[in-house]
Amino acid sequence: MEIELQSKDTSITGRIDDRLIPVTVIEASRGWVALKLGELWEYRELLYFLTWREVKVRYKQTALGAAWAIIQPLFTMLVFSLFFGRLAKVPSDGIPYPLFSLAGLIPWTFFANGLAQSSNSLVTSANLISKVYFPRLTIPLSSVLSGTVDFAISFILLVGMMALYHRMPSLQCVYLPLFFLLAFVTALGVGLWLSALNVEYRDVRYTVPFLTQFWMFATPIAYPASMLSQKWRILYGLNPMVGVVEGFRWSLLGTNTAPGPMIAVSTLASVLILAGGAFYFRRMEKTFADII
Amino acid sequence: MSDIAIRVENLGKQYHIGALQKNGGRYTYKSLRDSIASAASAPFRAARALMGRNGAPENHQEDTIWALRDVSFDLKHGEIVGVIGRNGAGKSTLLKILSRITEPTTGHVQIRGRIGSLLEVGTGFHPELSGRDNVYLNGAILGMKHTEIARNFDAIVAFAEVEKFIDTPVKHYSSGMYLRLAFAVAAHLQTEILLVDEVLSVGDSAFQKKCLGKMGAVATQGRTVVFVSHDLGAVQALCRRAILLMNGQNVMDGIPEEVTKEYLTAQHSPQSASEGIAQLPECTSGSPLRFLVVRTLDERGAIVKYVPVGGDLTIEADILIVRNLESVHFAFVIRDDQRRKMATMSSYDSYENAGSIAAGYFTIRLFIQRINLLPGRFSIDLVAEQYGEQLAWHECTIYFDIVPSHFYASGKLPSRSTGIMCLPCSWDVVDLHHR
Repeated sequence: MEIELQSKDTSITGRIDDRLIPVTVIEASRGWVALKLGELWEYRELLYFLTWREVKVRYKQTALGAAWAIIQPLFTMLVFSLFFGRLAKVPSDGIPYPLFSLAGLIPWTFFANGLAQSSNSLVTSANLISKVYFPRLTIPLSSVLSGTVDFAISFILLVGMMALYHRMPSLQCVYLPLFFLLAFVTALGVGLWLSALNVEYRDVRYTVPFLTQFWMFATPIAYPASMLSQKWRILYGLNPMVGVVEGFRWSLLGTNTAPGPMIAVSTLASVLILAGGAFYFRRMEKTFADII
Repeated sequence: MSDIAIRVENLGKQYHIGALQKNGGRYTYKSLRDSIASAASAPFRAARALMGRNGAPENHQEDTIWALRDVSFDLKHGEIVGVIGRNGAGKSTLLKILSRITEPTTGHVQIRGRIGSLLEVGTGFHPELSGRDNVYLNGAILGMKHTEIARNFDAIVAFAEVEKFIDTPVKHYSSGMYLRLAFAVAAHLQTEILLVDEVLSVGDSAFQKKCLGKMGAVATQGRTVVFVSHDLGAVQALCRRAILLMNGQNVMDGIPEEVTKEYLTAQHSPQSASEGIAQLPECTSGSPLRFLVVRTLDERGAIVKYVPVGGDLTIEADILIVRNLESVHFAFVIRDDQRRKMATMSSYDSYENAGSIAAGYFTIRLFIQRINLLPGRFSIDLVAEQYGEQLAWHECTIYFDIVPSHFYASGKLPSRSTGIMCLPCSWDVVDLHHR
């Protein structure tokens, strides 16, 4: 018996001779397109391989290898501690300044690198995009995912610093994975916007270093959010990285920035950026192969 | 309905040539800065246009081309179809749409079965990774599952003949090894539908033979294959059906031999249809010898445009000689529709003594008895040389056709894919047992 199902531009299955055969319908799409996350799951092996490729290639033929993941936050922390901590005497919520700034730098570096990698990811994979079919969301996703390895390595540095200052992780550290997830969501969200825009407007990639630098100072890494008065803090929370950094610090070191309205606003901003980014990306996806 | 693997209806693809825009005379990529600037100045431009003054010229020219237009065809399961056409006819665009890499502008496609696309060999290969890693990576990119790749890994490496080097980074491979490995991965795709785009045209002849062999094996497995190629011989050998694309349109759909013939005749400009007689332009100025006219004649001397297989052909050329020339030789070369040389008939080979010709007008005739070439379109080159140097040389001066005839008593002739000529021969069977 034969059952035939048809739906617009999705892969669904029909039956021929009792074998499940996927039926694909190809048509011009208009306007906003469905996210098709199910297809992304189908291609999870490709996602794994692309991420693995990025990680493996990044450290091949480098002299210092994985140590690069530690050097960037370490040296920034040293400079911050000297100029902001010691000379400018910026307050640090009751925690030793170096530890304070490093705890902010670790998730920040993950975010910044995720941005840098994903913004140009589509253009560098131009040969893949023009020759093979797979959900294009995989590419910026794999760029941000590959940063997880760097994050893990630099986290070891953070743990080492905590041991140095004889600081035990606070009880709330169970929430740490959640804040990492928030960092991931933010990095992916912004990365999707940037990578899709970069395909059409090639100068977007050059704005990323400036954007990252500006964003870093707008995020409470070198200074605490407690410097702002309560009502300003909620507005400040519109910067999704505020929630990530303060939440990270709270869960690991026990500062008194427990999740409140500020972090809630940050989370919301993060999720909206991701949703917007994903839909914008899917909408522009059909033009990638043509203009890349 | 259920046995149709691919159904294409009114497929069209329009490209905008406006991604690059003129920026002070240079074509550059669209930049965010320019887009914001032009958006900001839009009200000013609109105001100027309202006031009747010439507005600034539009930043992007709306040039569009239709790479595909109204293409429709159906493919049954297990059919192997060749798609041929000139460069720019829309073949690769068709495959890209079927592979879902780009979206159609109009039309509708329905595909039953998993799709495997071979648009390029070695997609995703990274030079820093080893052959082994690249096999897994490339396989994943092509859509193979990890278990599938692992199962076929040994077969892939054996096909590529790179067992010893499988763990060295691919950047150290020779181009041949690289291609073999890349093709080997793709050749082990197990999808029901295969879309192949001219990938067999890379590599040396040994590699190409291997690829063709593998394609032939695939063909017998009952999979549906869409095969785009410029190699008309491969298309005729592998495919039961061919589609000709011209300017984005599906102009012909039928048996490979006929579609190929149509493609080749369409390729020639109208003036070069077989004509029987052709005037020649001047070749090298200052040369003492000049070819003026060339004609193709039959055995009675009448101008003909075609000759039967095994018939007699006379090629005649009028020449003008400015001064007395010694030791002049002529050569007429017959080329087929793919510009390959079939035969060269040179007076140097036929005569022992070199000729001397006085100044004046002459006609040279070459008599060919029993031209044994298989039917097709051929062209003639004319060469005159002296002491090993060319005095005059014209390529493809005139076209003529060789048409089927009763060369063999049966009236049948072999196809062009089996050879270029038919030799006079006969068969005999002798019973060795009973005498």
